[in-house]
Amino acid sequence: MTALLRATGLWKAFGEREVLRGVDIEVARHEVVALIGASGSGKSTLLRCLGLLETIDDGQILLGDQDISDPRIDANRVRARFGAVFQNYNLFPHLSVLENVTLASRVVHKVPKHEAQERGLALLERVGLVDLAKEHPDRLSGGQQQRAAIVRAIATDPEVLLLDEITSALDPELVGEVLELVGQLAADGATILMATHEMAFARDVAHRVVFLDAGDVCEQGPSAQVLGAPREPRTRDFLSRFLA
Amino acid sequence: MLVAIGSTLAFAAIVWITVVNTPGWSDVQRAFFAPEIAWAALPKIWDGFLLNLQVMGLSVITVGACALLIAAARTLRGPVFFPLRVLAAAYTDLFRGIPFIIVLYVVGFGIPTVAGVRIPPIVLGVIAVTLTYSAYVSEVMRAGIEAVHPSQRLAARALGLRHGQTMRRVVLPQALRKMTPPLMNDFISMQKDVGLISILGAVDAVRAAQIWQGQTYNFTPYVVAGLLFVLLAIPTIRLTDWYTARLRSREQSGSIL
Repeated sequence: MTALLRATGLWKAFGEREVLRGVDIEVARHEVVALIGASGSGKSTLLRCLGLLETIDDGQILLGDQDISDPRIDANRVRARFGAVFQNYNLFPHLSVLENVTLASRVVHKVPKHEAQERGLALLERVGLVDLAKEHPDRLSGGQQQRAAIVRAIATDPEVLLLDEITSALDPELVGEVLELVGQLAADGATILMATHEMAFARDVAHRVVFLDAGDVCEQGPSAQVLGAPREPRTRDFLSRFLA
Repeated sequence: MLVAIGSTLAFAAIVWITVVNTPGWSDVQRAFFAPEIAWAALPKIWDGFLLNLQVMGLSVITVGACALLIAAARTLRGPVFFPLRVLAAAYTDLFRGIPFIIVLYVVGFGIPTVAGVRIPPIVLGVIAVTLTYSAYVSEVMRAGIEAVHPSQRLAARALGLRHGQTMRRVVLPQALRKMTPPLMNDFISMQKDVGLISILGAVDAVRAAQIWQGQTYNFTPYVVAGLLFVLLAIPTIRLTDWYTARLRSREQSGSIL
């Protein structure tokens, strides 16, 4: 498999604090990669750097065969090729669910309004939110908001989905519906890089698991191997603390 | 409800009786609240008031536009825009510090002198009001823009929206709700300060009242002009309350995000 997204030697520091210290990571087309690691290990920063939501200090990022870490490229265009979902949903509170979902299509991709709405409604129908299309986000439960946020991210057919701990802010009983949707997207062949603490989900759905520790990749491999029979002591330590 | 009405009426009656029986009340009444003078002065004062309204209407547009530009300049990020940020900050510091009346003198008498032409007082008034109030309003706008949580900007940029699109579609609509009450306060403040253009020689409501006062040695015209300004302000105040309440009920969760 050739990598769709490939980063080499990523460095990122916030002031004195080095958050990423030479990370190499790649995601193949249609691959689901789970990014695990303790809080502060650099998962979120890595996702943001890959999606050009944060500038990097050093390293290179390739999307397809384009060097997207080249400062001369149009970063907005590249961002539009990613779909990002965040821990706290970050839906736009002043827009209805449907307007949230169609904003990028209309404004960035210049799709005619009725066309964008048709597609938005079809996607909302698929995730069971079509009845709430006209509502503002505050009328929705956390799980519904996060599913709406996922629909917003996939509405423009992004090449790679970056999911940043998208179930961490949810009540436990709402986690299932969101993970189920991610599972469906994975089954449909989406390319997904997701930071998560849901180890069971990572084992079942992700093809590969990457364990990030102190700003660097400590271990990576097939999900069953990394989660079931980790080679590195630090991975073992992390998983044992996690499952305890 | 009935109790409230009853107590209000009783209170009003007591105040009225006390005031009317105070020694010297009839002198006060004659000097400040003479109905026949009020009625006679009203048409001229009203004509002047229309001039105030014109200056105000034009200023709303110019202040809005200038303040938005200044606020946008102050919220720009990146080292390239440093000089622009400093300039905008210096401007707001300066014009929030200078008393409005000094701006009015400098603009109103300075510009025509330097330019050597006659400029209508209405234009000079608008320039002076714009210079001062853009500084205040831009600060309100900046605070409103910065009160929108950074995660909103992040989500918009992640969708590929450009800086301008992010501002227009995501940040400003949310900022507007947060800045409506303080903006309305500045607006009411501006409505009153527009009365100061009388010192430029424009015959506005205040100047018209002054002329009448000079002729009659009676202060009622000032009260009439004052009442007109109050009547102008009340709808704005009520509208603000109504608008804020409506927005709050519609988007309760907005500030949590």
